[in-house]
Amino acid sequence: MKKYTGLLAVAALLSTTTLVSAETLRWARAGDALTLDPHAQNEGPTHTIRHQMYEPLIIRDVTGAFEPALATEWGPKADDPNVWVFKLREGVKFHGGEDFTAEDVVFSFERAKTENSDMKELIGSIVEVRAVDEYTVELVTDGPNPILPSNLTNLFILDKGWAEANNTANVQDFEGGEITYATTNANGTGPYKLQSREPDVRTVMVRNDDYWGRDQFPMEVTEIIYTPIQNAATRVAALLSGEVNFLQDMPVQDLQRVNDADGLVVKKAPQNRVIFFGMNQGADDIEADNIDGKNPLADVRVRKAMSMAINRDAIQQVVMRGQSEPAGMIAPPFVNGWTAEMDAESSTDVEGAKALMAEAGYADGFSIRLDCPNDRYINDEAICQAAVGMLGQIGVKVNLDAKPKAQHFPLITDGKTDFYMLGWGVPTYDSEYIFNFLVHGRESDIGTWNGTGFDNDDLDAKIASLASNTDLEARNADIASIWRVVQDEALYIPIHHQVLNWGMAEGVGVEVDAEDQPKVKYFTMK
Amino acid sequence: MLSFILKRVGQSILVLLITGLVAFSMFTFVGDPIDNMLGQERTMEDVERLREQLGLDQPFVVQYYRFLEQAVQGNFGVSYRQGRPVAEILLERAPATLELAAVSGVLAIAFGIALGVFTAIRRNGIAANVIMSASLIGVSLPTFLIGILLIYLFSVELGWLPSFGRGETVDLGGWTTGFLTVSGLKALILPSITLGLYQMTLIMRLVRSEMLEVLRQDYVRFAKARGLSDRVINFRHALKNTMVPVITVIGLQLGSIIAFAIITETVFQWPGVGLLFINAIQFVDIPVMAAYLMLISVMFVGINLLVDILYAFIDPRLRVAA
Repeated sequence: MKKYTGLLAVAALLSTTTLVSAETLRWARAGDALTLDPHAQNEGPTHTIRHQMYEPLIIRDVTGAFEPALATEWGPKADDPNVWVFKLREGVKFHGGEDFTAEDVVFSFERAKTENSDMKELIGSIVEVRAVDEYTVELVTDGPNPILPSNLTNLFILDKGWAEANNTANVQDFEGGEITYATTNANGTGPYKLQSREPDVRTVMVRNDDYWGRDQFPMEVTEIIYTPIQNAATRVAALLSGEVNFLQDMPVQDLQRVNDADGLVVKKAPQNRVIFFGMNQGADDIEADNIDGKNPLADVRVRKAMSMAINRDAIQQVVMRGQSEPAGMIAPPFVNGWTAEMDAESSTDVEGAKALMAEAGYADGFSIRLDCPNDRYINDEAICQAAVGMLGQIGVKVNLDAKPKAQHFPLITDGKTDFYMLGWGVPTYDSEYIFNFLVHGRESDIGTWNGTGFDNDDLDAKIASLASNTDLEARNADIASIWRVVQDEALYIPIHHQVLNWGMAEGVGVEVDAEDQPKVKYFTMK
Repeated sequence: MLSFILKRVGQSILVLLITGLVAFSMFTFVGDPIDNMLGQERTMEDVERLREQLGLDQPFVVQYYRFLEQAVQGNFGVSYRQGRPVAEILLERAPATLELAAVSGVLAIAFGIALGVFTAIRRNGIAANVIMSASLIGVSLPTFLIGILLIYLFSVELGWLPSFGRGETVDLGGWTTGFLTVSGLKALILPSITLGLYQMTLIMRLVRSEMLEVLRQDYVRFAKARGLSDRVINFRHALKNTMVPVITVIGLQLGSIIAFAIITETVFQWPGVGLLFINAIQFVDIPVMAAYLMLISVMFVGINLLVDILYAFIDPRLRVAA
């Protein structure tokens, strides 16, 4: 008998070797969602997980275009530019069976505007949300806001009754360590329902067969098992061994390996993120250089020369192994205001750069410190190392100081660096967002990431006017003219647009989304 | 005796306090947590408000004092990254690390002693020499490399064992265990070998050299002269006398198995306290870092204190010297 149970145990051990159901998406990436509360954190991986279970009024499809979600139609009110009207989808039910109505939308927006919400800045222009009837909602803004819908694509709607019944009508106080029912439970209208969740370990979701778009979208995945794997080598090993069949955050050095493996593919697309260097032109003298009493970066010729010294094609081929697109402006290609012409404006010309340096009086060059992160962007430190050599050719002796992101970014926001690397993504897909943070003069609530010291009052006024200009043609003309100044001033040295790679088993059918935000309802499974 | 113990306890507390002070003085260099906590859209007001709310505008000595004040009441603060009480997170993560450490400890001790005895008895045999040479690899290869090599071989190439995670776990009233499911047991194999390999080779080499020493002693020769069998000599007489220093070392190594699980846990995405600590460093999650470092130092100081007191019991001379 003893022998027999031993045999049984062995048999059990053998029989459990990776039994895989064809419709399970076993998905891994580097990090986990920080919370499930729809409004407590405004962060990429957190939004990605929520998008499977909760829905906003509008989402972006894989191409970045708006797609109706809980709203079917929207537009500014005919007689009042300060009001946006949203027609809601009828017959939608939450996972718990509750009906979706205008009341839930009003409740969710008001919740997202409270003190603890991390989404409140994005909808700061909304002063009132009112339900006109059961399926119509009006958003009243403090002035005309032509790009309001862009700020709503991660603003999730939850059920009022559910939230109140579970004492979670208020957003969890994340910094205060509050845990609410909504932190670990979800009741959305989305295509997948939460089954179980262990933070940082595993989150399991199952298909919501009552989803309103069940017939409209493929929805071939019946179960999602999401496991964060932090170590890059382990993450790739899990894909190669078949333990996961969908991988985000692919390390660049393993792309070829995964592509060559049987049954695996890597798909890529340009990412909504541009990488560039900033230079402090505003100070009279800068500390990180060897020139006393003068700031070489204040001279536009020096800035242009430095940009001309950077060989973007070499960085693309050698450092990025082809996984980047050289950039000439600091806007990703999907953004309103981006033009192919401006994006092609940077060119490599070492002789011309030397001539410009001589003309500016720096024929012998100068030395300067470059601050660079080493754990934030793809190959960030390696890009900086390449730039050190390139700038050396025109006499700019660069001392590289690479640090973890937690130490690097405070240098920029506190104005303690004169030459730095920064990457920027544009969630609103509009240039105004870039201008607000990177071009506008630095104040306490605007220009917060502008470490260049550039401050042009006329330009600031123009940037401020974009927010309420409803004449889209005139607004686009203003955007173009602001970009012209940014380009002519050589305010930043653009390097490249990052390319996004997702690794997956051949049977998984999905296109890479520029926001790095897979929505599983679009997935097909073979 | 009592005064000796009191003195040692006092010294231990002093060591703990200094460790904490050094840890807190280092946190400023790890980075600024505010940047990670607020999105890129935050305003300067948000930053200042949060900095004040978390007490990060105070000098580190004040921060340390506040931490101690709360910690003696059993409150370790709230994780910046997860927004949950640190004590709760540590309790949730501890079973994973302790189970991993226990399995690697048992593996290291069992194989270490067995192989040590074997290589000592057959010290000129081919097998013993092969084991001795191979053990050099165990000592000299860094842990993460061993982990990656094992993953490559057993997960990617052979597909026998999982490359990450704990598998299915069973919750026994707050203690999650991987011992009760097949996938949980399979998931334990690679990480515990990775974590225990260094300790195993260490124990093996120690047992071997002690054993060789003992086998040269007179009483072993007399035992042989008496005609006792090799088995009785080797295991009843020689091994027993070898074990005294070995047990001391094992005791001390137990602490380092738990403390050094950090690397193994990162490689295998093992959801224990080590991985938690690495995440905390990257995010500058000060409450988690502080609690973890204090926990580890309490553990080390505690083990040393215990060893000191035990020595004093065994050897009266130490009581006078202290």
